[in-house]
Amino acid sequence: MNLQEKNRKVTRRLVLVAVGMFGFGFALWPLYTVLCEVTGLGGRAIQVSEDNTGAVASDRIVSIRFDASVNSSLPWEFKAKEKVSEFNLGVPSTAYYVAKNVGNDAIIGQATYNVTPPEASLYFVKTECFCFTEQLLQADESQEMPVYFYIKPDLPEHIKDITLSYTFYRHGYDPSDRSHL
Amino acid sequence: MSTEVIHPDTHHVDDGHDHGDHKPSNFLDRWLFTTNHKDIGTLYLIFSLTMFFIGGSMAMVIRAELFMPGLQLVEPDFFNQMTTMHALIMVFGAVMPAWVGFANWLIPMMIGAPDMALPRMNNWSFWILPFAFTMLLSTLFMDSGGPAAGWTLYPPLVLQTGTSFAFVVFAVHMMGVSSIMGSINIIATIFNMRAPGMRLLRMPMFVWTWLITAFLLIAVMPVLAGAVTMLLTDHFFSTNFFNAAGGGDPVMFQHIFWFFGHPEVYIMILPAFGVISEILPTFSRKPLFGYGSMVYATATIAFLSFIVWAHHMFTVGMPLQGELYFMYATMLISVPTGVKVFNWVSTMWQGSMTFETPMLFAIGFVVLFTIGGLSGLMLAITAADFQYHDTYFVVAHFHYVLVPGSVFALMAATYYWLPKFTGNMYSEKWGKIHFWSSAIFVNVLFFPQHYLGLAGMPRRIPDYSPQFADFNMISSLGGFAFGATQLIFVGVVLHCAYRSKVKATPEVWEGSRGLEWTLDSPPAYHSFNTPPVVTHNALSRAD
Amino acid sequence: MKKENTVIVALAVLAALVATTWLILVAPGLGSNEVNMTRGVTQQSADHFELHMIVLWICAIIGIGVFTVMFTSIVLHRKSRNHTPAKFSHSTKAEIIWTVIPVLILVGMAVPATTALVKMEDSSGAEMTVKITGFQWRWKYEYLDEDISFISSLDPNSNAARQLNSGMVPANVDNYLLNVDHPLVLPVGKKIKFLITADDVIHSWWVPALGWKRDAIPGFVNEAWTNIEKPGTYRGQCAELCGKDHGFMPIVVIALPQDEYDTWVSEQLAEQGAAL
Repeated sequence: MNLQEKNRKVTRRLVLVAVGMFGFGFALWPLYTVLCEVTGLGGRAIQVSEDNTGAVASDRIVSIRFDASVNSSLPWEFKAKEKVSEFNLGVPSTAYYVAKNVGNDAIIGQATYNVTPPEASLYFVKTECFCFTEQLLQADESQEMPVYFYIKPDLPEHIKDITLSYTFYRHGYDPSDRSHL
Repeated sequence: MSTEVIHPDTHHVDDGHDHGDHKPSNFLDRWLFTTNHKDIGTLYLIFSLTMFFIGGSMAMVIRAELFMPGLQLVEPDFFNQMTTMHALIMVFGAVMPAWVGFANWLIPMMIGAPDMALPRMNNWSFWILPFAFTMLLSTLFMDSGGPAAGWTLYPPLVLQTGTSFAFVVFAVHMMGVSSIMGSINIIATIFNMRAPGMRLLRMPMFVWTWLITAFLLIAVMPVLAGAVTMLLTDHFFSTNFFNAAGGGDPVMFQHIFWFFGHPEVYIMILPAFGVISEILPTFSRKPLFGYGSMVYATATIAFLSFIVWAHHMFTVGMPLQGELYFMYATMLISVPTGVKVFNWVSTMWQGSMTFETPMLFAIGFVVLFTIGGLSGLMLAITAADFQYHDTYFVVAHFHYVLVPGSVFALMAATYYWLPKFTGNMYSEKWGKIHFWSSAIFVNVLFFPQHYLGLAGMPRRIPDYSPQFADFNMISSLGGFAFGATQLIFVGVVLHCAYRSKVKATPEVWEGSRGLEWTLDSPPAYHSFNTPPVVTHNALSRAD
Repeated sequence: MKKENTVIVALAVLAALVATTWLILVAPGLGSNEVNMTRGVTQQSADHFELHMIVLWICAIIGIGVFTVMFTSIVLHRKSRNHTPAKFSHSTKAEIIWTVIPVLILVGMAVPATTALVKMEDSSGAEMTVKITGFQWRWKYEYLDEDISFISSLDPNSNAARQLNSGMVPANVDNYLLNVDHPLVLPVGKKIKFLITADDVIHSWWVPALGWKRDAIPGFVNEAWTNIEKPGTYRGQCAELCGKDHGFMPIVVIALPQDEYDTWVSEQLAEQGAAL
């Protein structure tokens, strides 16, 4: 093989590596999601399950705080009915949040969530919740939003209290748009 | 090992003949369309020196505003533009192109090749840069000003950048393309163009460190390109990669950025390791200590750089296991880095040292880089980092590894090879003045910043509480003096190139070894048209 | 070794020792908390300070060792002293030694570092919870168990003085840039959990005397905790670049004994009640 061919070959391969790494940059997105689901990183590793088959009741009690935030782009009031409650592990339970549109127009909101400590999200199972679904509220309308969940009984011993947080954003919120301020 | 030098045939062939010297006479042909590795190397070096002064003048604005409490000179937003641009320009415009410039000049001569493997691509990879940086700098004159979210470009803040945002992203893309093309060229050259007998483990350390650096660049520059592309689509096409409201995660950007960013800091320092490993043996008149372990240590550092990224973001709130892992992995880097420092000291030990300017800069590098490395070890300790993070302690740390680290190595390399490049000796007196004033003022500039950080001064703030006033004033004075000192450097280089009457010998230095020193000073336009035969290890550093 | 050489080596070592001692011991004494990390007022801050001093000393000793050898060599092994260069170029034994010893030192450092981190991340058993939300460029505090909430911004005096060419002298402003209109009031001797988040961009909540900083990330809630041992006023700043006024969103924590804290709470509730 002459020098020119050898150079072309190395170039071709290295260009492929570069293109591959560009793709890898994007692949980090799903990979990161997987990493979060496995390790609890980010505190969003909550499992969503159709039924309560995994729920095995235990005597151990854990305290859960239901935290609520509203982004300033959304003229809503949003809070948990019970801010802190104690639950037996493995027992299917329900918690209620209430959202109220205090603005003058109908508006769609959308909620994100996370759990702290992040590790605890691995043991959080929801059978139904309102996260990431679009919620339309008319002006002055308020709505009760239930969260059906249970905590897996194998929650590590050192976790004694958990915080479940929801943050409501205006649907289609654009972080670069500062016009609502 | 003897000091015997094998004279490659080319040396004698080139002597007294001009067929190795086909410089185009037309200015445009010579510089714009050049495919010659020496000319392209020169272009890179001139470009990076220009950027060094542009980035440096931004640092002067920063230090002037921080000279005393209260805002005297610039608005906070402009201050943030200065810190952001200073970093982008110094990292991508000054340090990286300078190393590519030296790679272009030296790698073919060190491995006995006539030129780079892909000369036309070489021309492209340089000429992209002036466009990229013109575009980047032009954002300062836009209505919304330049980027002000820090060189780390963290969303959501960076998404609040105005008109300039798309220009910054596109400029980063172009810099990335340039670096990748340069790296492909370097790897192809090293793999395919080595002279007979120049086995991989006989290559000079500078060639080795650049080979590893080039692989790092190809691996991580595309990842940065991917990350900024995601920012771009988040901003303009409503994707939600980093938008929490749409199910994305702003912290994910930090993970992707530092997956690029940590190898990036080694991209800036590994060639410096190579240069120091060339210079210390020359002026100690003794072979490099532990050539093999130097190569393996470099490779180990490069590998570890891929698995430690999250130590830049201990405060984002990770699970305990994650924090422990990244702490341990980061601490491990100090082992191969320590091997390098110990090997350098052992190279000097029992030598017969002289202290010309390149040697002074190399010794300055070893001392001050070690200080920067040790503060890096402190930063690896997660719990303590909860205090250090994002303070001036971090600023002091990375400036110690980049300024008296990378930049001193660049200075050392310039003084070491400039006589080879130009055929003239530089002024030793002014070189030494440049070294001593740089070495003193760089410490006056950055050492007090350790204190500021420990005492609680956050980084990236335009104004501060009067309790931080004394050390900021000292640091600023050091900064102005360090900046002014660099004008001496320009003077020495220009004098050496155009005015110096002292001609350099082919060997230049008494203890120099390696193929580049067998060529004339300056070398012919095309060196090694007939490959030299490397039969003796004296030409490499290996034993 | 020649007598003259011994003297030079001794002088070099002495110089290195004096310089390092000055850097580590004398310089920190120049003013309290002006040059070294604060010991702070919590167990965490004390832990982090101890850890910082341990690694600082280890690094200083390694540095002194390396530089002593290096400068000895620079003094002795120079051509001007007609030193003949040795020929050695490697020593497997030496290279193994300086790989293994650093590993052992690192293991030694990792032990206290791990302990401190495990303690830091255990937020269980908190007796009260405060939610902190970062905005461009102010902080909102919500006492989740008390229904108290307020916004805390840079105090008006600092804000006037910090304007470009305000003509005001920062040194004459009370706690310039480190003072707020509504400080965060906390009781001492209680384990307090913080839920930290942000509304717009990433911020970072940092009071050095408490011993840590934690990022405030929009859409996510982070947690951290403290247990302040000593009443007092503790000041900090936002530690993550968050836009043009990043340098102007300080944090002030006033730690009160429990009874005074209770009084403060009832005052706040009365005030907020009156406002409604």
